[in-house]
Amino acid sequence: MNLRAVWAIYRMEMARAFRTVLQSIVSPVISTSLYFVVFGSAIGSRITEIDGISYGAFIVPGLIMLSLLTQSISNASFAIYFPKFVGSIYELLSAPVSYLEIVIAYVGGAATKSIILGLIILATASLFVPLTILHPFWMLAFLVLTAVTFSLFGFIIGIWAKSFEQLQLVPLLIITPLTFLGGSFYSINMLPEVWRTITLFNPVVYLISGFRWSFYGKSDVSVGVSLGMTVVFLLICITIVAWIFRTGYRLRN
Amino acid sequence: MPSILSISGVSKTYATGFTALKEVNLDIQRGEIFALLGPNGAGKTTLISIVCGIVNRSSGTVTVDGHDINKDYRAARGLIGLVPQELTIDAFESVWATVNYSRGLFGKPANHGFVEKVLRDLSLWDKKDAKAITLSGGMKRRLMIAKALSHEPRILFLDEPTAGVDVELRQDMWAMVRRLREDGVTIILTTHYIEEAEAMADRVGVINRGEIILVENKAELMRKLGRKRLVLELRNPLTAIPEALSRYALELSPDGGQLTYTYDNQAERPGVASLMRDLEAGGIQFRDIDTQNSSLEEIFVNLVRREL
Repeated sequence: MNLRAVWAIYRMEMARAFRTVLQSIVSPVISTSLYFVVFGSAIGSRITEIDGISYGAFIVPGLIMLSLLTQSISNASFAIYFPKFVGSIYELLSAPVSYLEIVIAYVGGAATKSIILGLIILATASLFVPLTILHPFWMLAFLVLTAVTFSLFGFIIGIWAKSFEQLQLVPLLIITPLTFLGGSFYSINMLPEVWRTITLFNPVVYLISGFRWSFYGKSDVSVGVSLGMTVVFLLICITIVAWIFRTGYRLRN
Repeated sequence: MPSILSISGVSKTYATGFTALKEVNLDIQRGEIFALLGPNGAGKTTLISIVCGIVNRSSGTVTVDGHDINKDYRAARGLIGLVPQELTIDAFESVWATVNYSRGLFGKPANHGFVEKVLRDLSLWDKKDAKAITLSGGMKRRLMIAKALSHEPRILFLDEPTAGVDVELRQDMWAMVRRLREDGVTIILTTHYIEEAEAMADRVGVINRGEIILVENKAELMRKLGRKRLVLELRNPLTAIPEALSRYALELSPDGGQLTYTYDNQAERPGVASLMRDLEAGGIQFRDIDTQNSSLEEIFVNLVRREL
């Protein structure tokens, strides 16, 4: 294991985050605060409680997941797309580094950044609403699992993308709608029967539901199913990454 | 001398169907400077990319100091430093950070003293805190070299290192190449500047349309190069070469108006002076005289053209 290489890539990725601290950390915090103002105050004044939880507190896990998903994808996809775009990927490909080490370093860097961000949003939220975390271990487990899974997904997008447009396409057209329709701001039990059934095909529902359970002990779907779906998605991403590296897809061809 | 790099039967066909390399065989000797010449699109960069692990080959084997580049890629790649043709650097990193990053990527422990020496040798030390984006083209090229040298490679690939580089940097670079060679580093360079190959290389290889068409010692090539032609425009055409001049192996043009003498200009006695005396003694007058040098470039162009 070339741990020095893993560390070098990881440190470089983290340095990039701190260099662009405004874009990496400050802007998601501001946008989350705006969600609180708009959804928490405006809608919260009409919906007082969901499942016995105040609306402001109810949306916190969903908001964290929203940022976690989008940031994990954008961090990881950009991290591997940028060297491809400027050509500096040659160095990575010519180095004595295994595929596993490349993935650990890039995905680890992207996941770390989004986890830090998630925790910052959590701290920001605690300024607006009183929060309880019933299952802190599972809260962290969902946070890490989701960050890693979607960083892997972002890594795949970064390798697949041939242009900045393609890089933005999947997060914009698929992830953002899925997150908004995944119960970030409402309980899916509030939806009509038909829409509730359709919603169950949205993988993000399971992430948000499980994550919310770790806070308040209440969930739309069972925690076991949430965890299972997250792990399934993780395995799918791992399989795709393994295939990419075995074939050299868009890297060594 | 055992070869440090052995390329055997390597072919590459891209997904588009374009065949960039056809059954390339090449052995690079330990510690030599090898110049790979070829026109644009000949396959130089593809060949280097395959050896360095950037592009997958379609067939064939490559070993670096006995290590297969696939089965034992860590050992193989660890020995190689690559300076690619394009200036491709993460523009927002500082010189110091990016060179240390390269060293870490190749699994070497941090050694700030060594990195400092590399930067000083390349006149980059004053710029160590500057971001790559603020550097001039020449400085960026130096930075690319510093990154390639950061992990103390035993083989250095320089892909068109002097393309678009000013005279000062070019001279610095060749001085550095000589120093590296003295330290036992094997250097493989591709270049369009044939005079550089002449000045630097121990051996020269010519690649065209994905095939190696010539690999020769430079000394041997210089012998071929050393041939010079002396062309005399005669005042009065001759019908035949006079008997007195038969020892010079002259050529007479069909119209009898031109005498050509081909000789080895590196020989101790090229025979030009005695030819002049014999011409005068024989009463053969000429109105003009011209000498032509056959250069490596000429050989190269002829070789490549013959292939077309």
